[in-house]
Amino acid sequence: MDGLHDLGGKQGFGRVKYPSAPHHESWRPLVRALHAFAIESHIYNMDEFRHAIERMTPGHYISAPYFERHVTAIATLLVEKGIVTPAELESLVDGGFPLSRPLGPGRLASPPQSFAVGETVRVKNEFVSGHVRVPAYIRGKTGTIVHISRPTPFPDAAGHKMQAEMEPTYDVRFRARDLWPDTSDEALNHVAVFQSYLEKVESA
Amino acid sequence: MTDTTREVPVSPEKRAAALEIVLRRKADMPKNFVAEFTEHVDDAWITENGAQMVARAWTDPEYRARMLVDGTAAARELGFEFPEHHRNLVVLENTPTVHNVIVCTLCSCTAYTIIGAAPDWYKDLDYRARVVRESRTVLREMGLDLPATTEIRVWDTTADTRYMVLPMQPPATIGWPVQTLATIVTQDSMIGVTRLEQVKG
Repeated sequence: MDGLHDLGGKQGFGRVKYPSAPHHESWRPLVRALHAFAIESHIYNMDEFRHAIERMTPGHYISAPYFERHVTAIATLLVEKGIVTPAELESLVDGGFPLSRPLGPGRLASPPQSFAVGETVRVKNEFVSGHVRVPAYIRGKTGTIVHISRPTPFPDAAGHKMQAEMEPTYDVRFRARDLWPDTSDEALNHVAVFQSYLEKVESA
Repeated sequence: MTDTTREVPVSPEKRAAALEIVLRRKADMPKNFVAEFTEHVDDAWITENGAQMVARAWTDPEYRARMLVDGTAAARELGFEFPEHHRNLVVLENTPTVHNVIVCTLCSCTAYTIIGAAPDWYKDLDYRARVVRESRTVLREMGLDLPATTEIRVWDTTADTRYMVLPMQPPATIGWPVQTLATIVTQDSMIGVTRLEQVKG
């Protein structure tokens, strides 16, 4: 979905707060452990989790620290899986417990195709309202495959608990100046792209 | 709608504590799960794992070659583990003229079992938004001023492939034993926002 989480190349941001200040907030490791339990217990999968974060209201997403986004996604999924109700959550905390927006439809993988290292490929110019792992900055762009990774579940289906076919992902190399002409530092940008997101480029 | 705005949200700490109660009561989460998991993370998923891989690669050309072909196998060879959704580790080799840097623009994915939990700055919206488009500028702001001739390669962790940078060995450390070498390899150098060449012998 075209959410605020898709940050790559967005302008107006400032200096990275580096190095990070130390902290001793014990609730952060707690959240990490709760999420690990939910994953291990197959209450939800990683794509459902990521999509639950993406479904946070934009104002909440952009203002919430990293682990508050996790809290919101875990709570949303526990509600959607029928493990707890919003009213029970509010009663437990005796106050407001914001959740993410509702889940919409996902989609299945494209028919299998194959690409080779060194091949020029184009990222499909698709606009997907559900979970998708194509950052907007490569949509419709052409690049070269530099590496092929072992098959993993297609996220657009897995994020909606649909049948997720296993498919390879390709590390595709783009030139920064092709992605953001005249307004980027020169670099080679690599993005890990699922097979279903790619299409063949006719050779000239 | 499932989102609820009728009351002011309580702190994320309180919400996290409520989720722990829910998982204990309704999903049979064992009482000691949180403590045991946290201890495991603190003991096993640490920067020293990646540092050992790097130090071994610096001293063992055959391991280095294997690591660059299949990072996952090279990590397993040293006994390091991966969660189910990290099926691939790709190791990116820095050279005198090539510099690699890692980001996750869509969330904050890292090879956390190998290089340790991502630092806060890696999860910053500023880093995620800018390093893909203004790589040289961001690295300079963070203290790494690369020569104009250095090619920058940015890697966006958008799938289940995880990346780590293989930094160059500082010349002053040639001949050091592998365990000593491992102590100079930092998490930031394996993410690619620092290089180690300046390390003194």
